[in-house]
Amino acid sequence: MPGVLAGPPNVTTFLWLTVAALVLLSLILLYATYAIYVHRKLLGFMQSRLGPNRVGPYGLLQTIADAVKLLAKESIIPAQVDRPLYHLAPVIAFAPAFLVFLVLPWSSTLRFSDFAVGLLLYIAVSSLTTVGVLMGGWSSNNKWSLIGAMRSVAQMLAYEIPLIVSALGVVVLAGSLNLTDIVEAQRKVWFVFPQIVGFLVFAVAAVAELNRSPFDLSEAESELIGGYLTEYGGMRFALFMLGEYVYLLAMGALATALYFGGWYPLPIGGTLPGLDAVPGWIWFLLKALLLSFVPFWFHATFPRMRIDQLMVFSWKVLLPVSLLNLFATIVYRAFAA
Amino acid sequence: MLRTEEYVLNVGPQHPSTHGVFRIIVKLDGETVVDAEPVIGYLHRGTEKLAENLTYTQIIPYTDRMDYLSAMIGNYSLVYAVETLMGIEVPERAEYLRVIAMELNRIASHLVWFGTFLLDLGAITPFLYAFREREKIVNFLAELSGARLTYSYMRIGGVKWDIPDETWPARVKSFLENDLERTMQEFYDLVVGNEIVQARLKGVGRYDRETAIRYGLTGVNLRCTGVPYDVRRAKPYSIYDRFDFRIPVRSEGDLWARMNLRLEEIVESKRIVLQALEGLPEGPVMGKVPKLIRPPAGEVYVSVEMPRGEQGVYILSDGKSPHPYRIHFRRPSFHNLQILRELLIGENVANMIAILGGIDIVLGEVDA
Repeated sequence: MPGVLAGPPNVTTFLWLTVAALVLLSLILLYATYAIYVHRKLLGFMQSRLGPNRVGPYGLLQTIADAVKLLAKESIIPAQVDRPLYHLAPVIAFAPAFLVFLVLPWSSTLRFSDFAVGLLLYIAVSSLTTVGVLMGGWSSNNKWSLIGAMRSVAQMLAYEIPLIVSALGVVVLAGSLNLTDIVEAQRKVWFVFPQIVGFLVFAVAAVAELNRSPFDLSEAESELIGGYLTEYGGMRFALFMLGEYVYLLAMGALATALYFGGWYPLPIGGTLPGLDAVPGWIWFLLKALLLSFVPFWFHATFPRMRIDQLMVFSWKVLLPVSLLNLFATIVYRAFAA
Repeated sequence: MLRTEEYVLNVGPQHPSTHGVFRIIVKLDGETVVDAEPVIGYLHRGTEKLAENLTYTQIIPYTDRMDYLSAMIGNYSLVYAVETLMGIEVPERAEYLRVIAMELNRIASHLVWFGTFLLDLGAITPFLYAFREREKIVNFLAELSGARLTYSYMRIGGVKWDIPDETWPARVKSFLENDLERTMQEFYDLVVGNEIVQARLKGVGRYDRETAIRYGLTGVNLRCTGVPYDVRRAKPYSIYDRFDFRIPVRSEGDLWARMNLRLEEIVESKRIVLQALEGLPEGPVMGKVPKLIRPPAGEVYVSVEMPRGEQGVYILSDGKSPHPYRIHFRRPSFHNLQILRELLIGENVANMIAILGGIDIVLGEVDA
């Protein structure tokens, strides 16, 4: 793929990229479909109930049936909404979640692009979701939505900073913003070991970024009855939700690349012939899936935090800890060099 | 300084956290509550007025529907008032069955509260766990009374049915000692020990004992401020004086105290039921009661301890008609709800929902 991008722009390149994007989109949608299914099954298991079990074997077709239902639903638009923004919001909320896959290295060869500043691009693009949420909340002309949107902005701003600062620790160790280089740098030791503090901050901030329990404040159904989503129904609602689930995998994949050695099968040193026979992208995918499972677990375990506690936690706990971690990493690097 | 504008938000009557059809008109500055006006009455069914045209036995189903989460105790409050007015003797076995039914119902009611309160805080799992255990109690009560929610089990002079079969007491005992015990342990491990829960509840919705007494709060809402007032001990009724149980009291006066008190009360109710099952005597379950109940002229006021506080029943009889001349219910939720406005001002939206949930209201009795 990098070869295609490196060439001059022409019709062949364009067709290539379109086909590749469609394949990726289909795969991601398939993932989202079954992530929702797994989520429901896991919750069912943790909450002593069954989860979907009627549509298809073991309920495997449940999400597909749901998607058909959502598509077939009457599209209800409240009278006083700001129409252009209202329609655009779900798209803007979903697109970045898909776009960030651009920079993820699935293996040493399988990747869309090889940006020198891949991590930066990922973070910059992913913050666009906030704009979608804000647009949705504002344009809905509903006070609940507005509170949800405002909360969302406050939350994303507060958590993006510790997220980036903690990821910077990895950048310092690897000496690169390129995600492929970062994974390569973990050939001997996964960064999760030297960067355990950074990883914990990253994980918490990522859950907040993903808007999931216990930080799902912008849609908080017990307080805001859906928040920014309140006025969205049918497929528009589904696009928002889809964005969240896709973003979940993207975040799991980013954590895999930053902390869990990307496509490398072993956490410490060397290689094993048996394990190396398995393609790198399978290792990568397995780790990403495993990591994206954790928020479901949180969902079943924690109640929701309060917005002021959330802010305090980010600014007064996560940020100082991540700064300290970065500082310690820099000092270590300086002396090691 | 950024100029901000206050705005009015209608919380309810269809909001999922208003527990039925309650509405609060809140004025917000950002997420801070500047003013709050609770609005009740959407469910008003005119229970008291209707009851004045019904015979005493016919009123029993209406007491089911006031606090529908503890219908057994609601039933009892009415039959207790009539029995007191008429001086009716109730057989021993009936009193024991009443206590068993009432305390099981109290556990079920607190479980519903616990689950929905955690739902108000944004946690789903405890809700399902609490309802799973409540379901078992509801099944026991259904075996006893034939109904799952509106039992109408109490009768003036006794109870409607005896236990369904000989295994019933043993099954209830086994449930209390195993299933409920295990679930309570889970609640303590997963919820009470959870730091987010503690951060959400400690110090929130706090008031002192003077305020509580001034507003006429009863039940857990009063006992969380250090006042050990429980009708079962203060003005003993039925056969409560025969059992060994504690009235849990805390002094923090916040949501944390209220949650823990309700959990502790489940444990105490469990103890009462176990003792009552142990001592259940043989004998009839209905006393000698005239076919048409026509109390002598006079008035009576009795009160009982509902899961939500003190329920009082006032009956004025003219001595001639078979229905009350005037009947009034002092409903605990109705009185407890009055403190809401004072608690809400200055709080934020998330605390508003938690505080409302912490009061533990059942709209059926608020709007009776």
